[in-house]
Amino acid sequence: MTKTLRRVLRLAGVPRRSAALSVVLGALAVGFGIALMTTAGYLISRAAERPPILSLTVAIVAVRFFGLARPVTRYLDRLVSHDLALRALGRLRVRVYERLEPLAPADLGGYRHGELLARTVGDVDALQGLYVRGFGPPLVALLVGSACVGVMAYALPLAAVVLAAGLLVGGLVVPAVTLVVNQRTGRRQAPARAELTAELVELLRGAPELAAFGHQGEALARVTAADRELVRLGRRDALAAGVGDGLMVLVAGATTAGVLAVAVAAHDAGNLDRVPVATLALLALSSIDAVAPLPAAARELWENVTSGRRILELIDREPSVNDPRDPIAPPPGRPAVALEGVTARYSGDDEPALRGVDFVLPPGRHVALVGASGAGKTTVTGLLLRFLDPEEGRVTIDGHDARDYRQEDLRETFALAGQDAHVFDATIRANLLVARPDASDADLRHALARVRLDAWVDSLPDGLETLVGEDGCRLSGGQRQRLTVARALLTDAPVLLLDEPTAHLDTATAEAFVHDVLAASEERSVLLVTHRPEGLDVVDEVVRLEEGRVVERTLRRELPGVDESVTLPPARPRPPARTTVTGREMRHAVAVPPWIAVRVFNDVTADDLGVALVPSPVELGDEIAVEAHPWPLEIVDVISARPARREGSNGHPDEEWSR
Amino acid sequence: MVDVALGVLAAVVVLLQATLLARIVARSFGGASLEDVSIDLVLLVLAFAARGLLAWGFESAGRRASATTLSQLRLSLVERRLRDEPSALDGAESAELATIAVQGVDGLDAYFGRYLPQVVLACVVPVAVLVWVGTIDRVSALVMLLTLPLVPVFMWLIGRYTEEQTRRRWESLRLLSTHFLDVVRGLPTLRAFNRGTAQADAIADVSDRYRRCTMGTLRVAFLSGAVLELAATLGVALVAVTVGVRLVDGGLGLQAGLTVLVLAPELYLPLRRLGEQFHASANGLAVADRLVTLLDAPPAVRTRNAATPPSPAATVVRLENVTFSYPARPGVVLDGVTLELRPGETVALVGPSGAGKSTVAKLLVRLAEPTTGIVSVDNTDLASCDTEAWRRLVAWVPQRPTIFRGTVMDNILLGDPSADHEAVRVAAQLAGADSFVQALPQGYATTVGDGGRALSAGERQRLALARAFLRDAPLVVLDEPTANLDPASAELVTYAIEHLREGRTLLVIAHRPEPAQRADRVITLQAGRVVAEREAAAA
Repeated sequence: MTKTLRRVLRLAGVPRRSAALSVVLGALAVGFGIALMTTAGYLISRAAERPPILSLTVAIVAVRFFGLARPVTRYLDRLVSHDLALRALGRLRVRVYERLEPLAPADLGGYRHGELLARTVGDVDALQGLYVRGFGPPLVALLVGSACVGVMAYALPLAAVVLAAGLLVGGLVVPAVTLVVNQRTGRRQAPARAELTAELVELLRGAPELAAFGHQGEALARVTAADRELVRLGRRDALAAGVGDGLMVLVAGATTAGVLAVAVAAHDAGNLDRVPVATLALLALSSIDAVAPLPAAARELWENVTSGRRILELIDREPSVNDPRDPIAPPPGRPAVALEGVTARYSGDDEPALRGVDFVLPPGRHVALVGASGAGKTTVTGLLLRFLDPEEGRVTIDGHDARDYRQEDLRETFALAGQDAHVFDATIRANLLVARPDASDADLRHALARVRLDAWVDSLPDGLETLVGEDGCRLSGGQRQRLTVARALLTDAPVLLLDEPTAHLDTATAEAFVHDVLAASEERSVLLVTHRPEGLDVVDEVVRLEEGRVVERTLRRELPGVDESVTLPPARPRPPARTTVTGREMRHAVAVPPWIAVRVFNDVTADDLGVALVPSPVELGDEIAVEAHPWPLEIVDVISARPARREGSNGHPDEEWSR
Repeated sequence: MVDVALGVLAAVVVLLQATLLARIVARSFGGASLEDVSIDLVLLVLAFAARGLLAWGFESAGRRASATTLSQLRLSLVERRLRDEPSALDGAESAELATIAVQGVDGLDAYFGRYLPQVVLACVVPVAVLVWVGTIDRVSALVMLLTLPLVPVFMWLIGRYTEEQTRRRWESLRLLSTHFLDVVRGLPTLRAFNRGTAQADAIADVSDRYRRCTMGTLRVAFLSGAVLELAATLGVALVAVTVGVRLVDGGLGLQAGLTVLVLAPELYLPLRRLGEQFHASANGLAVADRLVTLLDAPPAVRTRNAATPPSPAATVVRLENVTFSYPARPGVVLDGVTLELRPGETVALVGPSGAGKSTVAKLLVRLAEPTTGIVSVDNTDLASCDTEAWRRLVAWVPQRPTIFRGTVMDNILLGDPSADHEAVRVAAQLAGADSFVQALPQGYATTVGDGGRALSAGERQRLALARAFLRDAPLVVLDEPTANLDPASAELVTYAIEHLREGRTLLVIAHRPEPAQRADRVITLQAGRVVAEREAAAA
């Protein structure tokens, strides 16, 4: 527990001097309050002896001073401590962000677990109370409590012992009791709350069907039962709730009475003057103020430990994607991108998201990846961006394993747009500049024009400075998607990843939009990830995924005899296909399932199929094996392509794929 | 009432405590021994104990009240959803509402457990203290009476100013405070654009702006607290000094003076606490407010009387010039739709998403009522029929059927709870669900729904169809039965629908043409209007 707090403190890195200033001011504020009551008690008690009024001047001035100083120091204390808390929050946010950045999104549970991130942000924000409400009050209590005990010891040591005991009980026992009671009720209520929430969600969601089938009574009875259980627990736990407050008052009373008793006895025995009796009584009564905030502070600290633990657990994760020690040169201008027998799994998942997927995106080609949600489409874009690495197989960019590039170099190849591309709660300009911070206004307008947003932006009173709302909520669905594409087009990336660009759009809008985008990216490769039919008529190829496997590919190019889909039979493990290279120096071999060869091979070129590639350069006499493909394969051709790239040459792979 | 009684009791205890403390000190001052004051000491401890007990009682009673109140709100809300407007919420809203209806109790605890008792204390205790001090020493009472009104006046003045300030800075404060969450949520995008690391500086910058902006507001907001406190501490100091001077003059005794001094802070404390508790309970009030607003909304479906509806098995169901719009949303969903379903025919309702197709289904099941126009069966307005009785004549499969927590058997039985297991099997077979259910580890006893075995979209759809088969109603409404299905599942479902249409009136809603192929009639809906209607080509 202390270890967690220490690490969180270090993470927030608050300067000791301001922390100390805050504690001193806090102690002064509480101390002045106690001093006000104590000196007032002295003043009245001394006045009762009817001394000359001038002898009371010091006491009168002191009372007035404390009366003024208490609110002033309290005000300063609150300002300083809140400033401190906000500074700590800022530092904490930066540190946590720096640790989260290399983990997102795959090591944070993938795209799907937005709530994990939201919770983390909530945890970070909760830690801002660590100083103001967590650490501050105990330190102040320690300082002020010792001072009170010290003053009392000067007047009457035995009374100081009583006071110290009272403060310890109020400062340690009462907070502990409060904490334990709170936790017990929380633990008891949590399952009942979860149960009731689940029942309510189901009932509210299913209300139309329950009504249509006349099942209201039964559903209501279930919710009522769950509700009754929670109310029963709630009412029982209510009895425990006020215990802390009640106990603190009792401790204050007992301490005051105890100090009074000791003081009265001491006065009776002649060991104490009569004036200090009132002074000590009021000191005892008001010094409880020093420990009164401690039950709340204990709860705050406990919650901070819980939040801190969750944050530390997250930022202690090692990124599963790392840069290679000796990165190769960045990919060329228009690389071919491929998945070769890729099986991929999100950390913590039992089932892989992709199983043995082979997939090629040749330069300039527009390929659609379709399938139901959960089929693994988004995982493909994640793999390309190296948000996660394959468990088996490999991702290649220009024939090289994606893991051989620096991550930054690799990502320069891709631009992401669509549903999973985040729209920031900022201006249109700020959202576009994410792609290219140095873009000029002309660049921005050009990009907007290409997605036909320019007229709309011009019509806005604030133009490019218009705020778009949380995740673009002030834009229509179509405008949001267009904005993400405009942002992607601002980059020079040769490969455009369009992730569900038509989500939430009606058919007509969706169709117009996809056609616009594909027309605007004529020279780029496009991977269109979608579960909807719009745009599938204008891409070159459609690849269908189901439960992480490629189940169907359809070539849409105007090639004789191939404009129809080919459905693959169920996957079964097959022995690798083998062939021996007999031609001259070569680079790739293409292997295809035999029925494709039978049906269409006569009409298409090998690169149109691109089912499985053997990437490393092969030589005459080499045996090529295409492994672990779920379908039967036959190596039908070994392409003699370009010569292996030589040092220093800018050899472009385009000719290999040229149509 | 209990609160007021507790409040009066609390005031009495406060007065007693001050008096006892002053009395013990005064008697010791006069030379009394410990024995002489022992009874007073015991009474003092008891007074404190009573005060502690009251604090505990207030909090406990408040929390009990909040648990009960929220439960009442919850159950009325649920009942109302089921009875009056079952289809008013979408999925996300349901989840959010369910969460606040349960977690909201934390907010309400602050309101009932702390704020309301504080209101009582703020009303009772200062008055009691003033009156009591007035009987002891008029001058001190006057001092208190003059300083006390400053507290509410300043509270109001500064509160107004702060609100204005906060309102003016609201947009920029909101942006700054949500910036971090926004950036963290956008991390994948930032990384995809290679802007991940650059954002750390932006976060530092925005956090700093947020701090300065917030501190600007806090400087004023805390001023209100400071002024309140100043009124209180200066009040105490003034009372102490006046009392002291008058003690020297001999116009006042020590016990009276000390009583007044101990009571002085008690005068201001309840008012200051009230301000704090008000802010703390704002959340609770918001929750209650949200739930009460939902309860106050007019019902979506009203039954005027309870005539037995004619069966659609033998008569025509008709929408006549029906217009529909949602109360809280702009725009018209249905705009003068007239269509009819003749007994035994299969009608396809097609059109783009957003055309109002699902609304037609809801009107037919009477989950919603037309804004104008009528839905009738055999020329009888459905609004004048018993809703429950009408719904028994209809089987409806929504676009995304809900699978409830329970077994597969329970879920199919929803169609007709009185059916036996054999009937369920037959219904499942007809719906093409039997084979996959049999393949489940526990067959029909497999737990499904939230927390149970996950079902694919096709499986859910077929379970919902099984419900419709089991219900054996003369009118069947299928909303997008194959929209979210892969081709294989869609084929199974289409096959099942072929079985279902025998002897029943069937309305199939679709935005894709396939399910419509075998219909007797196809009605096309666009932007809330019927734009085409054609008989099927030679059947």
